[in-house]
Amino acid sequence: MLVPSPWRADFPAIATLQRQDQTYLDNAATTQKPQALLDAISHYYANGAANVHRAQHLPGAHATQAFEDSRSKVAQWLNAGDSGQIVFTHGATSALNLLAYGLEHLFTTGDEIVISALEHHANLLPWQQLAKRRGLELVVLPLNADGVIDVEAAVGLIGPRTRLLAVSQLSNVLGAWQPLETLLAMARPHGALTVVDGAQGIVHGRHDVQALGCDFYAFSSHKLYGPDGVGVLFGRNDALPHLRHWQLGGEMVQHADYHSASFRPAPLGFEAGTPPIAGVIGLGATLDYLSSLDPQAVLAHEAALHDYLLRGLKARNGVRVLGSPQVALVSFVVDGIHNADLAHLLTEQGIAVRAGHHCAMPLLKAMHLSGAIRVSLALYNDSDDLERFFEALDQALDMLR
Amino acid sequence: MTLPVDAVEALEAFQAVGSWEQRARMLMQWGERLPALADEDKVDANLVQGCESLVWLVGRLENGHWQFAASSDARMIRGLVALLLARVNGLSAAELQAVDLPEWFNQLGLSRQLSPSRSNGLNAVLQRMRTLSQTQN
Repeated sequence: MLVPSPWRADFPAIATLQRQDQTYLDNAATTQKPQALLDAISHYYANGAANVHRAQHLPGAHATQAFEDSRSKVAQWLNAGDSGQIVFTHGATSALNLLAYGLEHLFTTGDEIVISALEHHANLLPWQQLAKRRGLELVVLPLNADGVIDVEAAVGLIGPRTRLLAVSQLSNVLGAWQPLETLLAMARPHGALTVVDGAQGIVHGRHDVQALGCDFYAFSSHKLYGPDGVGVLFGRNDALPHLRHWQLGGEMVQHADYHSASFRPAPLGFEAGTPPIAGVIGLGATLDYLSSLDPQAVLAHEAALHDYLLRGLKARNGVRVLGSPQVALVSFVVDGIHNADLAHLLTEQGIAVRAGHHCAMPLLKAMHLSGAIRVSLALYNDSDDLERFFEALDQALDMLR
Repeated sequence: MTLPVDAVEALEAFQAVGSWEQRARMLMQWGERLPALADEDKVDANLVQGCESLVWLVGRLENGHWQFAASSDARMIRGLVALLLARVNGLSAAELQAVDLPEWFNQLGLSRQLSPSRSNGLNAVLQRMRTLSQTQN
């Protein structure tokens, strides 16, 4: 095999899927889980579940310890150090909604929120609706031909009225790294808060929130080989006090009586209700597993697979790749063929890819496409997976032409 | 209830197929048999919401019998819609109310096309047909 994955056996679901003749290439939507995560969740439930930050009993102490250990592991993964706090949410979407509601009080009519044309709905709709509620201007940064935010255009669009900049690190449709450093440097002198949607970026390579210098960074555990139902919001120490408490109840409260209450600071103040305890512990185990891998080997593997995918697609007649994908995924359309038809025939052949608008309807509309097929990779994929995909693609195209 | 002639033909054809390729090719053939939809019917008001592709569906009661017409820009869903129309066109209002459409696709070996995770729009088309048949009753 040209590109084998040394980590494939660490993910038991891959073998199961293979027995069902399924080739899983929808990793930008969610990933399969390492055995280490299954073991950790099983261990937690088999050894005594308990709520966290509440009870003095021993199971409660164990659960709280494991939960807080995961928080430290996430902080290490992001190299947050003492620069900020890690808040657990239910996903990147809920982290971004927390920001859009918790920061609402900072905005007044005429203020501007800047996003980009490639945002996932999760980093578009919370800001769009906040702009509607408060009479704000939603400024949309355009893209260049490679699917990268146009920094020259951004110079004219990020200005003194910009109160917040919220952009993706890596596009879930175009697979292109975005020029965060440049954009954040444009926003900072105007005192704008900066939010990075790291949902896709976090999965590829290691990212340092201190070096990045953003105020907030959000991602979902389930795309990073962790459990679903868990999200992470990093907030910088000097940005967090701007964030008002949003969801209320449970241990986020400091003191309550019938007519008033005071709330805890971050992180606990933003974790209302019982958090996804098993999931958070599972994420910690996933990060332990990922930390044990050679990061250069993972990067090299992902790059080799991506190159293999991109070359294979470009070698086929009529295939049009969207943008200039650099890593992780490739979205494409085929001239004269409806993506829904292609998706249908790929599904029939056990190829699990995504078709449609990829939760980025305005982006697809701007590209005058009704949809596209997206193939997205993970560290357990190998070139045989891609060969099976190419074979199925050729067969589908043959039938549709 | 006796099956319409087209439905009998569809059932015989689809129950005889062995491979997914045959089934897919047959779906496309049925889609090509679907009569062209008049341009004046290809308007937003007749678009079925919730499909990955554009699907138009119109239906009217003529002398007590339903006549539906449809089109799509995608071939597979056009085939699925053709199979749907083969089952329902010509039925009386009462007959249409009584017909079990998911079971119809099940008999054709196409029940997976109705699974909730499928975004091809067949579910949305069935829903739209139900709404049309209720408003014109």
